[in-house]
Amino acid sequence: MTGAIRDLVKYIDEYRDHRIAHALAAEIRGRASRKWVLMEICGGQTHTIMRYGLDELLGDNIELVHGPGCPVCVTPLETIDKAIELASLSDVTLVSYGDMLRVPGSHSDLFQAKAKGGDVRVAYTPLEALKIARAHPERRVVFLAIGFETTAPANAMAAWQARHEGLRNFSMLVSQVLVPPAIRALMSSPANRVQGFIAPGHVCTVMGCDEYEALARDFHVPFVVTGFEPVDLLQAVLLLVKQLEAGSAQLENQYARSVQAHGNPVAREIMQQVFAVADQKWRGLGMIPSSGLRLRDEYADYDAVKIFGLADITVEEPAECVSAQVLQGLKKPTDCSAFGSRCTPENPLGAPMVSSEGACAAYYRYRRHTADN
Amino acid sequence: MCLAVPGKVLDSDETSGVREGRVQFAGIVRRVRLDFVPEAQVGDYVMVHVGFAISRVDAEEAERTLALLSEMGALAGELGLAEPEAEADTLEPAPADGSKADRGDDRRD
Repeated sequence: MTGAIRDLVKYIDEYRDHRIAHALAAEIRGRASRKWVLMEICGGQTHTIMRYGLDELLGDNIELVHGPGCPVCVTPLETIDKAIELASLSDVTLVSYGDMLRVPGSHSDLFQAKAKGGDVRVAYTPLEALKIARAHPERRVVFLAIGFETTAPANAMAAWQARHEGLRNFSMLVSQVLVPPAIRALMSSPANRVQGFIAPGHVCTVMGCDEYEALARDFHVPFVVTGFEPVDLLQAVLLLVKQLEAGSAQLENQYARSVQAHGNPVAREIMQQVFAVADQKWRGLGMIPSSGLRLRDEYADYDAVKIFGLADITVEEPAECVSAQVLQGLKKPTDCSAFGSRCTPENPLGAPMVSSEGACAAYYRYRRHTADN
Repeated sequence: MCLAVPGKVLDSDETSGVREGRVQFAGIVRRVRLDFVPEAQVGDYVMVHVGFAISRVDAEEAERTLALLSEMGALAGELGLAEPEAEADTLEPAPADGSKADRGDDRRD
């Protein structure tokens, strides 16, 4: 970015101020009297931590582990196999967010499906898929609707609008995940090491803070709803350390400039109109009860699984990939014997190496020296 | 994937129940859906995710937090706690391996 453009970036640059960042880091180092393990559950935050080397500013007493916060990474193999199957149909146009194209399914990926002649397109917004469907009534357009709660209202709006317009050549292959049930599953595991959570700011922008307040109470761990810039993350770590040192387990909102206590009511309303809570399989974590969203029955005509009669399949994950432990904060990407050798962003074994927000890819880009040394 | 970028609402219009507007980000202007932020007015900042504004930035909250943090940064500077040698005002990201453009400056979602 040039200097001239930087001046315009309000609400970003001030949260990258190095003086504030180093002051926060110094205070964290001074206050942490013992080792604390903190987890962030959003791939965007993982990326910021690695990109700015924030973990290296915090001293030996703070360990940051990276949770299952990348929707691309936790989309089950079965969904990718289904998307590949759809993309191979001659009258189907499959539309997806970009990162999904390189995610390995059980035997292939969407890039290969495209190379073999499949009509696979990348979109920045689900509205793009609607546009393609309107412009090409002869094609059956399927949108691969993945995401956390942040993305659910936008995906829901695409389905709502298609139904509203009577668009009959549009459908969605849905793999929507919900953060709180995954945290519940992690905290209930006997192997859990996490003592405090950096809660995902944009998920909470949509959903509000109530669910995290309940988690803080039920598991007696502090949560801080957090933004995405370096100063946001450092302030959140400081708030968590203060709570942990004081034996407190409250919910705090560091990201009040975007997050209201009850979230965004309009976005939640459209989400609830279109989606219902359902059991969901997470890549690396397995089935978690009530941790996903499915299209409501009123939207059956827009459900690609139903329209195309896709069979229920179950696929085994590659044995060498330790992404399950990485996603639970039990292992660092660099603990994996395949990291950087048999598993790279060009040739990923598991999804966390694919997306730029996956923990393995973030370590590969910014922290390869740790593995090389 | 869950990234949202702050941008300034330049105008807004409503046709057949769909509220849209032009939103200015660092260097570019994009059309953004404003259905989820009925309270957002021209001149407000909104957080935009996959083409939809998901919140109106609360300017007062932002200023309150920043004032608090800036005070802390200034104090640390005086006490010699902060590392003073950095030339830029903002933190520099680590150089990334690989040939891909660094996503931090290309925060499209």
